[in-house]
Order: sequence, then structure tokens, then C-alpha cells
Amino acid sequence: MISKKIRHPLVEMTVARLKETIREPEAMFWIFVFPILFAIGLGIAFRDRPPEKLPVAIDQRMSDAAKVSQMIAAGSNLKPVLISPAQAGQNLRTGKIALVVSHDPKIISAKNNAADALKANGLGPDFFLIFDPTRPESQLARLAVSDALQAGAGRKDSISLQDEKVTEPGSRYIDYLIPGLVGMNLMGSGMWGVGFAIVFARTRKLLKRYAATPMRRSHYLLAFMFSRLMFLVWEVGMVVACGWIFFNVKVYGSILDLILISIIGSMTFAGMGLLVASRATTIEAASGWMNFIMLPMYLLSGGFFSYTRFPAFLIPFIRALPLTALNDAMRAVINEGLPLFHSWLEILVLIAWALVSFTVALKIFRWQ
Amino acid sequence: MGNEAIKNLGAQAQAGTAIRCREVKKYFEAVKAVDGVDLEVKLGECFGLLGPNGAGKTTLVEVMEGLTRQDRGTVEVLGYQWGSGDDRAFRERIAVQLQETQLADKLTVYETLKLFRSFYRRGRSVEEIIARAGLEEKQKERVYKLSGGTKQRLALACALVSEPEILFLDEPTTGLDPQARNHVWQIVDEFKAQGGTIMLTTHYMEEAARLCDRVAIMDHGKILALGGPAELVERIVGHEVIEFSAAEGFDRNLLEHLPGVKGVSGKNGGYLLRVASAKETLPLLLATLEKGEARLNRVSSRPATLEDVFMTLTGAALHD
Repeated sequence: MISKKIRHPLVEMTVARLKETIREPEAMFWIFVFPILFAIGLGIAFRDRPPEKLPVAIDQRMSDAAKVSQMIAAGSNLKPVLISPAQAGQNLRTGKIALVVSHDPKIISAKNNAADALKANGLGPDFFLIFDPTRPESQLARLAVSDALQAGAGRKDSISLQDEKVTEPGSRYIDYLIPGLVGMNLMGSGMWGVGFAIVFARTRKLLKRYAATPMRRSHYLLAFMFSRLMFLVWEVGMVVACGWIFFNVKVYGSILDLILISIIGSMTFAGMGLLVASRATTIEAASGWMNFIMLPMYLLSGGFFSYTRFPAFLIPFIRALPLTALNDAMRAVINEGLPLFHSWLEILVLIAWALVSFTVALKIFRWQ
Repeated sequence: MGNEAIKNLGAQAQAGTAIRCREVKKYFEAVKAVDGVDLEVKLGECFGLLGPNGAGKTTLVEVMEGLTRQDRGTVEVLGYQWGSGDDRAFRERIAVQLQETQLADKLTVYETLKLFRSFYRRGRSVEEIIARAGLEEKQKERVYKLSGGTKQRLALACALVSEPEILFLDEPTTGLDPQARNHVWQIVDEFKAQGGTIMLTTHYMEEAARLCDRVAIMDHGKILALGGPAELVERIVGHEVIEFSAAEGFDRNLLEHLPGVKGVSGKNGGYLLRVASAKETLPLLLATLEKGEARLNRVSSRPATLEDVFMTLTGAALHD
């Protein structure tokens, strides 16, 4: 196992880096095991299930409650529940039911005077549908309940429709998640892997010791880059393979493109890790900066959910973040099967971050 | 290093200068770490900087090593001034052991030395250096498992993987047990025997006396005295010291006028007399005390040491 020959310092330094990482059980867990556990956990939480039926409450005081319940049960994706008005009110507030069907509009609040007046004059509707319009599932329930009651009361459809249901890999949550996981994994291990090791070496005065040798300083930093590249194969490969094996998440684009974008992303975050580590003299300071930089990107960059949910004016800023660029380019390759040049803008963003980080880091880097 | 080269170095040692410091100053905000140091170390010499913690020894050595830039003054190492040319190439010629460096924990002794060896264009084989440092048994051991003494030997071995002309050692034996200290001294001795120049800092006077041809006593960033260990003791303290404690009741001035007394210091009834010969002065001292009716509690004499030199110069003990 021990090679006697003294190789080029860059090779020796890279080998030393690899050995140091491999011999650190915690690093191995975070780099290799954690992303897989994470993917499996999320995959299980968001596995494909037939859409759940929407629970609809029926005021049990109504004389025709049983009939209404039958009509609703016959509708699509609805689950009728007979309950007392008090219970209905509470369940609606807590989101356990999507909508309440009642003859009494005051079932939730006592303020509905206009409806009361109509009802007293015998002009009121047959039923009140009580729901919260800001909740998507309540809106769905409103449409489905309306259909079910009209149909139950004898309405005839004027045109005929038939549903054709399609659930194809590529459009599920896990398909969205896997490329995001690869991106977040590259960011986390790149920044921690490089930043932590350098600050640790500085606190132990090891950097200063190396600086007292004829070692080329660029070799020391390059060794980090090269060792990152070696781990990259595993970090990206394992998550993609896990997605493929357990959840049938396919890579629609070319594997070469996947490798290329992974390398670019990995180098960008190694550079940012280097920048964070260039001056920090304590592990605590470095951790603080790492979290300060990474936490917003975990939230904003579309790892777990699409960043299009954020207000439009924020989107350009979010897209300028390196993790957003990496995630978008990853998804273009993995989910959409687009060639890499389609993501030229994202690649430019990544390279810009990498160049700025490296340049500044090398300029301000402290060896002691 | 070939025999021929050793002889050449030996010849240079008589004439050449290894390190020359002129008016070197280095301040850290309010702290005058190095405050105007002039120093010359000859080739082949083992030179010691002796002083308490915080005296500025480490800063001065790091200036010489090119790791810290001085604010004022010039430093020449083997005729080279840091920053005047290719620093990196010049590092091939010197070796450094820093105070409290912790080498990579997860690498083995062999891997660590191999890594350090790869930084130098020429030098010894890793096997040879392992044998020299007596690390054969430990070469497959990871660094974090090593004892303090073995770690220090490894640090020294890392410095000696090349064939340096000057070896800088910053407190090489601090915190080591006597056996481990001896082991380090042996390695230093060997390097010295081959004609290498050594610049060493220590706060152990015993170490300075054992290893160094010349020492500089340093405190508060300044060199207080400089010379061979024995010569310094002789010059500044005298040959021997007499220590005694006695209740007051005599004229202190009388002590200073005793024959052979070079100086008196003392407080709280404890006195230290620096004398040329204890054998000659002791009877006279006892007679004087008797005459003054002072009650003598304790008296002893011993050869003077570098510790006494430091105390004489600063009025404070080297180790508090």
C-alpha cells in the first residue's frame, strides 16, 4: 500500500488530502451516507399515492343529511363526514375538512346577516357551502361538491367528458428533488470539505509549517481541488444511482454533461470554501460564515421547492446565486434531457463565482 | 550529504556568517516583540536565544525564517534577504521546526515524511530519515496516536528531510520528559556534528548550556547579553553563588565589600551573593554575619548558571 517512490509534490499532497478525508469517519458520513439517507427519506415521504379524497363535512342536523352524504360520496374524490356544527367549525379552521355543507350559513360565524334575511324570506339557497377560498383544496372541494350535488339533483351534462390519467416518471416530486440534492450535496461537501480543512490546518499552525517549506502554495490549494474531484464521482454518482434504483429517476440528458456540470459546480463551491477559509482563524468563525452563505441558498435556490414561488423582483437575484445556477443546470440535464449548452447562462454564473472566489481568496489568503 | 561537502561546510564555519540581524524591530500594536536586535550567527555554530515566554524569541526567529516580516532593520540568512529574490527556492536551504505545530493527525509517520520530502528537490530518503530519528517502530502509526516526545522527533525529522544548511528550532523540547528531551538533543547533536548551523530558542537554561556554542539572553524584545554559556556565567555572575537566609541585624553594605563578591541581590531576608570562589568568601561571610549578630537560617553554595545570569540582568527569575 505504501509507495516508496517520492512523487510530484502535487500528487503527494492530493494523496495526503484523500487519505485524511477517508480516515475521518464523520466526513465520510456527511459526504457519502447522509445524502443517500436523505434521498430515501424524502422519497418515502413524497412517494406516489393515489390522490387523497377531500373530506367534506355535512351538517348532521339537516333532515336530508343522509341523502346529501350519498350524493357527495358519488362525486369524484370526495369523502363526506356527518358532524355537528361545532365540530364542523373547528375542523374547518384546523384544516381537517375542506368544506362544510349546511342549510345554516351561521355555522362558523354569527355575522352573516344578509344571508339570514334571505333565508327568513324563503329566498335562500338550497345549501350553503362554507369554505376558505385561500386554501387550494377547499377550492377543489367547492367545484367537486357543486358538481356532485347538481348531478345528484338530476342535472344532465350537455357534453360528455372522459378522464385519461397519466403519471409518468419525470414529473414527480422525487424527480424534482434528486437533481436538487446533487446540487446541495456538491455545495455542502465542497464548502465544508475545503473550508474546514484549511481553517483546521491554520489553527494547528500546519499551514505555517507548510509555508516554511519550498512547497508551492498553489499546489496546496490545487490538491484540495483535485481531491474534491475524486470524491465528486461518488457524491454525484451515489445520489443519482440511488434515485435510479429506488425511485426510477432517470437521467434524460447525457452522462458526460452531468459529469461536466458536476465538475464546474464542485470547483465553484471549492473556491467559495477557500474564500471563507482564507482568513478565518477559528473553526467557529468559519462555521458562522459557511452557514451565513449556505443557509439562504438551501432556502432560495430551488433545492426542495421551486424558487418561482418567491416574488418576481427577487427571481433575478436568486438566479444569480451559484446553487440556483447549479440546480437549474442539473435539472436541465437530468430531468429535461437538454444539452449542456442550453444552460450557458447558468454555467457562466458558476464560472463567474468560481473566478471571483479564487482570485480574492488567493489575494487575501493567510498562511498563519 | 557527502563527506566532501561536510568538510567544506566545516571550513566555511570558521569564516562565514550564517545569519546576520541588524537593528531588527517588530511591533505588534502596543507590544514591542522585537525591539532593535543586532545578532550574528556563524556557520556551523549552534546559537541559542534564551529568555522567558513572551521575550520575543519566537517573533525574532520567525523573522529570520521569513515567516514574519520585520518592521525595521535587515535580516540576512546565508547572505539572502527575504523578499529580495526567490524565497521559495531559498527555502530548500533551511529547515524549520515551529513551536507547537500539529502535523496532520490522520497521516502516518511515513506518509507525513514522504509528503514533506516531496517538497524538496534534494534530500535524504524517507527510510534514512526515519532511521536517524529512531522512528522505525512508529512509521505506520498515525500522528494523533504518537506521544509528545515521538511527535517532536517527527517534527524534527520533517525539518531534516532535506539537507538543510541551517536548522531553526523553536522550543524543541518544551513539555517533554527527560528521556524524550535527550532523544531530541541527540538528533540535534548529529546535525551539528555534520557541520550544520542551528538557531534555537529555549527557556531551559540547561538546554542552552548543553547544546549551544553561544547564547543570547533575551527579554522584552531586546538582547541583554551575548556570549558562550560558560563565559556569560563567568562574566556576569561569577564562578559560583552563595545563597543564604538570615534575619536582619547586619549591614548589607558589608556584604558587598567582602573580598571576591561581585554582587549581592536579595529580599525578604534571602540573599544571593555572586562570588569568584565560594571556598574563599564563605568563611568571611560567616564571620561578618556573626559579628553583626544576625541569625543565620540556611546557607548553601553552588556553581553559577545561566538562570543566575538572567536573574542578575533582569532581577526576575526565568521561570515563575
